[in-house]
Amino acid sequence: MLSALKTIWLVLRHMFHRRVTVQYPETSNYLAPRYRGRIVLTRDPDGEERCVACYLCAAVCPVDCISLQATEDEHGRRYPEFFRINFSRCIFCGFCEEACPTYSIQLTPDNEMSEYKRKNLVYEKDDLLISGPGKYHDYNFYRVAGLAIQGKDKGEAENEEPPVDVRSLLP
Amino acid sequence: MREIVFHLLVVVCVLGGTLSMAGALIWLERRLLALWQDRYGPNRVGPFGLFQPVADAIKIFTKEDWIPPFADRAVFVAAPAVIVVTVLMSFAVVPFAPGVWVADLNVGLLFLFGMSSLGAYSLILAGWASNNKYSLIGGLRAAAQTISYEVFMGLSLMGVVMLAGSFSLRAIVEAQQGVWFCVTQFPALVVFLIAGLAETHRLPFDMPEAESELVAGFHSEYSGMKFGMFFVGEYLAITLLSALATVLFFGGWLGPVLPPLVWFVLKTGALICGIILLRASLPRLRFDQLMSLGWKILLPVALLNIVVTGAIALLGK
Ligand code: SF4
Ligand code: SF4
Repeated sequence: MLSALKTIWLVLRHMFHRRVTVQYPETSNYLAPRYRGRIVLTRDPDGEERCVACYLCAAVCPVDCISLQATEDEHGRRYPEFFRINFSRCIFCGFCEEACPTYSIQLTPDNEMSEYKRKNLVYEKDDLLISGPGKYHDYNFYRVAGLAIQGKDKGEAENEEPPVDVRSLLP
Repeated sequence: MREIVFHLLVVVCVLGGTLSMAGALIWLERRLLALWQDRYGPNRVGPFGLFQPVADAIKIFTKEDWIPPFADRAVFVAAPAVIVVTVLMSFAVVPFAPGVWVADLNVGLLFLFGMSSLGAYSLILAGWASNNKYSLIGGLRAAAQTISYEVFMGLSLMGVVMLAGSFSLRAIVEAQQGVWFCVTQFPALVVFLIAGLAETHRLPFDMPEAESELVAGFHSEYSGMKFGMFFVGEYLAITLLSALATVLFFGGWLGPVLPPLVWFVLKTGALICGIILLRASLPRLRFDQLMSLGWKILLPVALLNIVVTGAIALLGK
């Protein structure tokens, strides 16, 4: 009986506590830079598309919501002809970001992407591609990995570093 | 002629007032619960979320109103109406201020008991007509709970009746000119409030609903406005309980300075907030605990109260 009265008193005192509710549209929680929200395709520091259309993200995606088609430009460089993410399926697991060898696909702290029509949740490459490098400012896949193209072997082109010898432990 | 018009006006006001009170309580309860749980509660629709009940009403009116094919149709439809009707009937004898009442029955209190017993039918019939195990268990619980707590509620008020010398609620208020019955009849007040809560099957006594074990108890199968009727009935019952406690123990409309009606509303409102506070803080009892609390504690207390009050009243003669 006494404990019941104590409980009532305790609950009554909560009247003067600070509210824990965040009044969402006016104020919102801090979202860390690595928060897993809306997905973007980034460009390398030179402004080229990072994506090499390797299909790894599409393969790893547990809900199969990424669809893309690879193609090559005149230098033989691969890029996606179209790149489509169906956000009504995406579970924002971030696997695509982890799988991506070029840091191209990245998740951002934006989560306000509600739509009235489900169709509008299918984002095309135009909607996904941003003009900046995203979270990794200096990374340029080709500079590190290189790619043999007609006449030049890996690491021989301008501004390229020779590829790392993966069989050696020395730096 | 003027009296008839006045009376009709009172009837309309009581009806409208109590029904809109039920709406307002939906908002009040949610805001207060939120207040005590460090939240804000509904605060988006209109100023302070005041129009939330309107939004709720629109929602509930446009919901699909489904009658299960296995239900007993006629009874299923009638059951929700019973509780609202009986509670509204009870308001007829509540004196709000001097001269402001629908009817001043000389057996007002007995009328109230009769009405609240009839109200139990609503739950039992709803549970029965739903033709569903959980609903039936809820209905049975409601029956057992209401019938036993009816006893203590009636007994607890006998002391008040003895002191006032009348069953009329008006006379009971007028008998509290000197000192309110909540002082002289404190045990009765406690028993009455507990029994009243059990009667309105509010938390911590909402065993007939008991979401955690019975889905939603007697109204599991109800949807749309039929469910809404139970909801309204429950809020009306809370208002009625608070109004009764005000009339019987807290001097009804009596009070200094402010006009009588304002005093009545203030006291009733404070009691309603108290009831909501109980909901915010206490867990639901087990059913056997409820029964033993009633028969082993409340019954002796109520009886003792009657004996002592009777003795004092006799000696005082
Ligand atoms: S976040 Fe997960 S679900 Fe969404 S596209 Fe990437 S891999 Fe697929
Ligand atoms: S894993 Fe990266 S590089 Fe490969 S297709 Fe997906 S986004 Fe493009």
